Formats: sequence, structure tokens, C-alpha cells
Amino acid sequence: MARSRFSITRLPGFGLIAVLTFVMLYLPIIILVVFSFNAGVSQSRWDGFSLQWYQAAFNNAQVRDVSLRSLWLAVTAASIATMLATLAALGTTRVGRFPGQTMIYALINQPLMVPEIVTGIALLIFVAAIKVQTGYTGMGYLVAAHTAFCIPFAYLPIRARLETLDNALEAAAADLYASPIQAFRYITLPLMVPGILAGFMLGFVISLDTVVITEFVKSAGQDTLPTYMLGQLRRTVTPEMNAIATLFLALSLIVVTAFFLITRTRGR
Amino acid sequence: MHGHGWKWLLCTPALIVLLLAASGPLLIVAVYSFLSPGNMGGVVWEFSLEAWFRVFFRRDIFEPDLVEWNRAHLQVFWRSIWLSLQTTFICAVLGFPTAWFIATRPRHTRTIWLFLITIPFWTNLLIRTFAIQEMIRNNGTVNAVLMWSGLIDSPIQMMFTEFAVLLGMAYVFLPLMVLPLYAAMEKMDFSLVEAGYDLYASRLNVLWHVILPQVKPGFIAGSILVFIPAIGAYVTPRVLGGGRTMMLGNLIALQFGQGRNWPLGAALAMLMLVVVVGALIFYLRVVGRNDEARRG
Repeated sequence: MARSRFSITRLPGFGLIAVLTFVMLYLPIIILVVFSFNAGVSQSRWDGFSLQWYQAAFNNAQVRDVSLRSLWLAVTAASIATMLATLAALGTTRVGRFPGQTMIYALINQPLMVPEIVTGIALLIFVAAIKVQTGYTGMGYLVAAHTAFCIPFAYLPIRARLETLDNALEAAAADLYASPIQAFRYITLPLMVPGILAGFMLGFVISLDTVVITEFVKSAGQDTLPTYMLGQLRRTVTPEMNAIATLFLALSLIVVTAFFLITRTRGR
Repeated sequence: MHGHGWKWLLCTPALIVLLLAASGPLLIVAVYSFLSPGNMGGVVWEFSLEAWFRVFFRRDIFEPDLVEWNRAHLQVFWRSIWLSLQTTFICAVLGFPTAWFIATRPRHTRTIWLFLITIPFWTNLLIRTFAIQEMIRNNGTVNAVLMWSGLIDSPIQMMFTEFAVLLGMAYVFLPLMVLPLYAAMEKMDFSLVEAGYDLYASRLNVLWHVILPQVKPGFIAGSILVFIPAIGAYVTPRVLGGGRTMMLGNLIALQFGQGRNWPLGAALAMLMLVVVVGALIFYLRVVGRNDEARRG
């Protein structure tokens, strides 16, 4: 399309608002990161560069504790959710419509539609009842809650990947006398790997971010990094919190970027 | 491979986890809203409509027959709805130009801008709320800048106000408005815009009569996507607001904490669910109608 001097896509003021919106979106986060390197306690006056708040965070036994618990929980929940979502995707993709399919979709997507606070108190009630019956107070509740919450996120990219696969590949394998199991093992599964990886990453980030559900399900001494931060924000915050938030942010950023790269190469 | 059994079998493990840890507990909430509260939290297994009654009404302490509206609750409901509508409006006003800006970039830079909008969407909501808190605290960045410039002498109190909650929610939910708007604009037929200008329409006329009708589905999707989490907000009003800026989510949580009235909390949670499902059904109907209209 030849561009004349009169641009049809220009709307006066829109560019300015858009750029300001991007600035507003990133400025608070950038300031948060910058002041995590501040030598002083202030969040508004720069006293020179220092890594002391990172040192403080690393030396804080409680922070180490909750961070490791968060990571363990995210890996565990995302792994289980990815396995379950992979099976569910195989059962619901490329199979034509079958009775009960709508109900399965509704159940899988349900955690996306219900506000987290409602899921949170629902699990609180349920877990309290089970605790009374069994006396079990371990991490199992959090793993189950996070897994259920991660399933729809893991399911989406896996299903999207499966839908792009060519049925002819499996048919070709069958023509070459591959058993259905061999065809799945050597053809379908390797082709699904990018979707499965992407599903795991989304699940991991979602589990890592989950605050409200964890807050209501956790027993004493089961704080994760987000619930620990939520508790700390009520008090006077030192830049140590900025340092923790920055590290947390960096981890999410790495995973999300990797997710983008994986899903983008898929398209080519 | 002929029966449907194997499809169900593959879905079963996921469905069991979802039923146990997501959908099933919701049914228990519905049941609990019709029970009597226990003294130390929990419930007594006696049928009662008291919780639902107390969602909207209250009895006089001295004269139990005297019934009046529960003003404290109604105030929270109204605040939740009003703040959510305002949040949706702010996100629409800022999100539309932003989505337009992204959609009109050359193809190779568009991905970068889109990525920049998506990153906040995937980063922790609590951290973004914390970032806003650091900006608007009394000794935070905004007040420091204003005082340094001499515009004010003493810090403006922004934390623990409705303004803080509104700012936080608009900040946190903005990507949810931009993404569906962008998706709608990407599908837009720009030759219609060109035709409008060829017929000597002003920019405002083109915006109003050509562009807006085409991106309307994106607007509706974005509004619902912002409104639903805003109505369900808990973290943002808890961190940025205070007791006087409580929203429905905080009122629900209160009943399971200091309030020790689980049935009331359950009834309030069901109320929130009804509002959210109502918004979703409205959305599906409107989008469905638009799809039908397009197919003719």
C-alpha cells in the first residue's frame, strides 16, 4: 500500500496517550527495581548504589524458606497440572464432538471464571472439614489447590499445539506398520513437546503468582513468597522488599520470555 | 477407538482434581450459606436463612422485630460496583488509544509493543500493587517529586483512599482491556477507514462511524475482562485501601476472619458468583449476537 502524507491510521492524540500509558505501566516497576539498589532506606531519595538489600534478603532465613516453598510448590503443581492437561487435551482434541464435551470444557475452564476469593474461601471450608476428619495438615492441600488452578492454563497451549498437528502424520506411521503406541511415542508426543513445555511454564508462573487461594488454604508455617509479602506490606517496608520483588519479577520475566519464544517458533 | 469411553478416560484425572479442588468446594459454599454460624467460626448443621437475610438486612439489637437495610453491606456493594465501573471506564479510555497505537505499528515492531503489554499481565499482581504503593505512599515517589518541585508543602494522603484502590485496579487490569481491543483492531478492515476519508469524513466521523462499530466486540470483551476481576478484587483493596474502602472480596474474607460468620461469608461469596456469572452470560449473549449478525 502506497503511503501518502495523509495517514489513514493516525488519530490525533492517540499516540501521546498510548506512550503515556506505556510510561505509566512501567514507571512504578522501574522505580521499584531502581530503589532495590539504593544504599539508603528511602524509597524516594537516591543515596548511592548498593547490594545490601539483596544481601539482607539472602541472609533472611524466612525469605529463603518461603521462596523455596514457592518454587517447590510451583514446580510440583505445574508438573502434575501439565500431565493431567496433556491427557485431557489428547482426549478432547481432534476427536470430533462427543457427548459431555461441553461439560468437560466448562469444568476445565471453571477456575478461570470464578473469582479467586470465592475459590479461596470455598477451599478454606473444604480443607477445614477434611482436616477435622483426617488430622492431615501437610502441603497436599496447597498442591491440590494450585494444581487445579494451573490446569486451564496448562491445557490452553497444549490443546493449541495438538490442533495444529497433521493427522496424516499418524496415518503415515500406521501405514508403515507402527502400532498406535509407537505412533504416539515417536510421532505425536515429540511434536507435542513445545506445547507441553509452554503449558508447564504458564502453570509455573500462575502457581508462583497465586496469592489469594494460598492465603486461605495454607496452614500455619506454610507461607509462600506472595503470602509472606502480603503480610509484610502492612508494616513499614524497607528496600529489602524491593530486592525480593525484583528477583521475583526477574524469574517471572525469564519464564514468560521463554514461553513467548517457544510459542513463536511454533508459528513459523 | 469407536466408543467415547477412552476420551473420558483421558480426561478423568484432570476432572477429578478439578472437582475436588475447584468445582466441588463451590457446591459446599452454596450449602454452607443455608446453615447457622458456629461460635468459633465453622457452622452448626441447622438449616437457616439468616445468612441470606443478613446479606441485605439487619435487626435492631434491642428490638429484634425491627428490620432495616444493612447499610454497611449495601455501601460495600455499591462501592464494589462503582469502583469496578470506574476502573473499566479508565481502562477503556487509556486502552483504546494504546491498542490503536500497537495495531498501527509496522508488523515487526508490533510484536515488541504487544510483548510490552503482555509482560505486566503475566507478572505478579501483588508486586504490581506493591509498586503502586511505593509510588503513592506519604513518603513515596509522587509526594517526593511534588514536594521537591515546591507544588505542595506536606505530603498528600493517597494511600487508604478509594482513589488509591481505583488507581491500583486500573493499573493492574489495563492489559486485560488492551489485548482484546488489539485483537479486534488487527482483524479490522482498514480499507473501510480509507473509504471513509475518501468520502470526506472527518477523523472524528471515521472514528465514530467506521472504527468503533468494528471494534465493538473487542470493547465488550475487554470491559467484561476488566469488570469481572475488579468485582472480585481482594489483594488491591486490601493493600492500597483500608477499612473504609472495603470491597466485596474483603467483606467476604472478613467473615472467615474476625467476623467468624462462615454462613454469611458463604452467602456473600454466592452473591459475588451470581454477579460474575451474570456478567459472563451477558458477554456470551452479546458476542453470540454479534457473530450471528456477521454471519448474516
